[in-house]
Amino acid sequence: MRLFGFTFRAPRTDATADMAKERLQILLAHERVDRSNAELLPILQREILEVVKRHMKVDSKTVDIKLERGDDISSLEINVELPGARQLQAARGAALSA
Amino acid sequence: MAKIIVVTSGKGGVGKTTSSAAIGAGLALRGHKTVVIDFDVGLRNLDMIMGCERRVVFDFINVIQGDAKLKQALIKDRRNDNLWVLPTSQTRDKDALTQEGVETVLNELREDFDYIICDSPAGIERGAHLAMYYADEAVVVTNPEVSSVRDSDRVLGLLNSKTSRAEKTGAEPVQAHLLLTRYDQGRVAKGEMMKVEDILEILSIPLLGIIPESTTVLKASNVGMPVVFDDKSQAAKAYEDAVSRLIGEQLEIQLQPVERPGFFQRLLGRTA
Repeated sequence: MRLFGFTFRAPRTDATADMAKERLQILLAHERVDRSNAELLPILQREILEVVKRHMKVDSKTVDIKLERGDDISSLEINVELPGARQLQAARGAALSA
Repeated sequence: MAKIIVVTSGKGGVGKTTSSAAIGAGLALRGHKTVVIDFDVGLRNLDMIMGCERRVVFDFINVIQGDAKLKQALIKDRRNDNLWVLPTSQTRDKDALTQEGVETVLNELREDFDYIICDSPAGIERGAHLAMYYADEAVVVTNPEVSSVRDSDRVLGLLNSKTSRAEKTGAEPVQAHLLLTRYDQGRVAKGEMMKVEDILEILSIPLLGIIPESTTVLKASNVGMPVVFDDKSQAAKAYEDAVSRLIGEQLEIQLQPVERPGFFQRLLGRTA
C-alpha cells in the first residue's frame, strides 16, 4: 500500500543472495575437479561399452550415461539396453535358417 | 622492468575496458609510465573509453604484421603524459594475433614502460588467451552475480594453467587479484546481492578493490574520460584505492555507506 509516497508492507524475506552463493559453491566444487578430466564421460562410456560387449551382444547406441551432481552425493547412472527375448529369438532363427 | 597486468573476466560487460582505462590512468597519475593495450581485435573500444578514437592511425595488428612501427601506433593521452594507448584493429579478426607477434611487441614495450595493461576481450578464445599469456599479474573483474563469478573461476583456472608463467617450471604463478565492480551496497543489505565476503570465499583470491555501482561510469564513457580523472566520484576514489593496492600499498577496503533517500525524495516517490 502506498500513501504519500511511503510504502507500507512487510519487510522482504527473499534473500536470494544466499541461494546464489550456495549454488555457486556446489557448481564450482564440481567444475574445478572436472577441469582436469574434461573428457571423462565419453571415455567412460566407450570403455564400459567395450567391457559389456566382451560378454554380451549390445549396440553402442543403447548405452546411456548420466552424471548428476548433488550437494551431499553425486551419482553416476549407467543404462545399458540389452536385447529382449523376441529379438534374441529372431536372431537365433536367422542364424539357424542360414 | 615493466610489469604486465592483464585485465580479464571471461564474461562480457562486467567492466574490463572501463577498469583497464581507469587503472591505466590511475597508474599514470602516480607517475608510472603506463600503456594500455586493446586485445579485443575486431571490437575495438578502449580507444573510445579513453577518448582517443579519432587519433587512431596505425594499430596493434599493423605493428604485429610489420606494417607500422610501434611508435607510430602508440597514442599519447592528452591529459597525462605518462599514459599511452595501443589500439587494436577494428577490421581484422582475432586470428591476426600471433603469439610471437604479441611477445615481440610486449618485449619492446617493456623497455620503455613501467606498467603494461592488457585489456582482454570477453571469452576464453585466442584474444583472451594471448592477453593473459605473458601476464605477471591479473586483475579479474567480477560482478556480484552468479554467471560472472562462475566465469571468473574458470578464468582463474586458465591463469594457473595456460600462461607462460604456468608453463615455465620454477616460475612464480600469475598473481591474481579480484576487482569487484557494480557493487550495490543497498542491495547487499537487502540480501538481494552477494556480499563481497561471499565472493571472496568462493574465488579465494585477494581483493584489489570494490567499485560501487555508479552513474559516473556511464558519464565518463560518454565523454571518453577514464573514471579516475573525475576525482570527485566514489567510483574514481574506489579505482584510485585499487591502484594503490596494485602497486603494493596496504590500504583498508572501505565500503561506501548506503545512501538513504531524504524525506522529500521519499515523499515525492523518487527512487533514484
